[in-house]
Amino acid sequence: MSTALLQAEGIGRRFGGFTALEGISVSFAAGELTSIIGPNGAGKSTFFNILSGTLSPSLGTLRFKGRELNGLPQHRFVHQGISRSYQITNIFPDLSVHENVRVAAQAMHVSYDIWRRRADLVELSERADAALTAVGLIGKRGELAKFLAHGQQRALEIAIALVSEPELLLLDEPTAGMGPEETKDMVALLERLAEKRTVLLVEHKMKMVLGLSQRVLVLHHGRLLADGKPEDIRANAEVRRVYLGQSEGYG
Amino acid sequence: MTVQSTGEAPSLSQSRRLFAVLSDHRVLVSLVALALLPWLLPSKALAVNVLIYGVVVMGYNLLFGYTGLLSFGHAAFFGTGAYLTGIAISRWGLPWFAAVPLAIVASTVLAALIGTISTRTRGIYFSMVTLALAQLVYYLALQASSFTGGENGLRGFTVDRINLLGWQVNFLDPVNKYYVLMAFAALALWVQSRILNSPFGAVIEAIRENEQRARACGYDVERCKLIVFMLSGAISAIGGSMSALHLSIVPLDSLHYQTSGMIVMMVLLGGARSFFGPFIGAATFLILEDVVSLWTPHWQIVVGAIFVVFVLFLPKGIWGTLLDLLPFARERR
Repeated sequence: MSTALLQAEGIGRRFGGFTALEGISVSFAAGELTSIIGPNGAGKSTFFNILSGTLSPSLGTLRFKGRELNGLPQHRFVHQGISRSYQITNIFPDLSVHENVRVAAQAMHVSYDIWRRRADLVELSERADAALTAVGLIGKRGELAKFLAHGQQRALEIAIALVSEPELLLLDEPTAGMGPEETKDMVALLERLAEKRTVLLVEHKMKMVLGLSQRVLVLHHGRLLADGKPEDIRANAEVRRVYLGQSEGYG
Repeated sequence: MTVQSTGEAPSLSQSRRLFAVLSDHRVLVSLVALALLPWLLPSKALAVNVLIYGVVVMGYNLLFGYTGLLSFGHAAFFGTGAYLTGIAISRWGLPWFAAVPLAIVASTVLAALIGTISTRTRGIYFSMVTLALAQLVYYLALQASSFTGGENGLRGFTVDRINLLGWQVNFLDPVNKYYVLMAFAALALWVQSRILNSPFGAVIEAIRENEQRARACGYDVERCKLIVFMLSGAISAIGGSMSALHLSIVPLDSLHYQTSGMIVMMVLLGGARSFFGPFIGAATFLILEDVVSLWTPHWQIVVGAIFVVFVLFLPKGIWGTLLDLLPFARERR
């Protein structure tokens, strides 16, 4: 927890006349698990998309390990060490579970080689298996990804993000659409992942977020409303008003 | 010798293993099938056409079947391959073995140009841009008649004998011609197979499956699309060269959008995303054309109706559907 891994300064984003984000300045220390919460339309997804390079900010700068990321195309982000998962399951449906992860691992090393045999890249295949073991999917490696259950597809999604061995892992609602049992498994997985790397989470389920995170950011109407330890957030009157109050008993 | 009579499972796993061996040697297996083709079809001329269009469609399949990009302009690469082969032989006096590589390289450059513009767009816009640019090439060939022969097509060159390492082959003999042209097809099959087995082959399939995810994984999707567009154009141009050597003329129609449409129909009939499907598709289309045009000049109505049935009920085409029906072949293509 020494220096800031990722630093956002005055990040703003407009869509036409609508301001989705305004003046977000925040930095993330290495090794922390941070969650971003906020009511629907608070700008969580926009912020998340900016941090992962999917969208570029209209204003402000983004620094990762001191290097400015503005203007960097999205596909370069993972090569810097920032990897993401998606809220809506986003996998390669007609490829095998193993190939889903293997092709993600391959992106870090070789893209344009049209002559070698991919079967000879044994190390990538082993790395994919290791990632599948980490998320508990190794038993399904030969199946087509589209035939997995929802919770398993969510886990596969994380394995795809994980296999690039990112320093910063961005997870967009990893428990979206999951029942209580699947959610429990996912929380256990997230706890294990957070032991070794920096994790940033967007999540709706309050109880889970407050129990899991070391730090919580609350967004409201595109602005940073609160930033602190889970117990501070729980005690923050304004947060209670805009967010906790309306979803009491949720999750 | 092991004879399996005890239940389904062992014989199934045995056929599965055999199928795995066959698909590991898909180039060789395809070549054996193509070598038999002239003796299975009613005429040698039909067999040569199946061979030529099979190669063109195979190149197209790399882009459409494996990468998921629907180009409506592949006649540009087939036609340019044919025209440049003919021009290099007739106008520049080059031997065939220099003309063919030249034509393929030139077509690849054209594919780089068309690909650079078209791969910036997606979906229907990509199809329309490829169609428009290919038509541009068509009109260019029509206007530059002193060079291309214009409406009459390119004439005035014949390849009557081919020197194979000092061995003179009479190229007018249809059987000789078929097997010489099969060497080009063998080259195309081998290159295609290498590409599909390569790391890049994995990338294009990932792009087909989920472009957004492939980008998030760290692939430069636009550049990959451009590269596959060029490879696809190059393989289709091999078919174009074969056509020029075969016909000794290059009809202007080989650049026309109807040819592009025919290529799309062939790949859908045979089965996009399958290795041998393009040859099955080319054979089906050309046999239908041959048979139906015997009893009606409006053969396109019949072929069109059959095509609609395929798109609606057999989206994987003949070869893809057949492979799905075989229990031991499922999930392997």
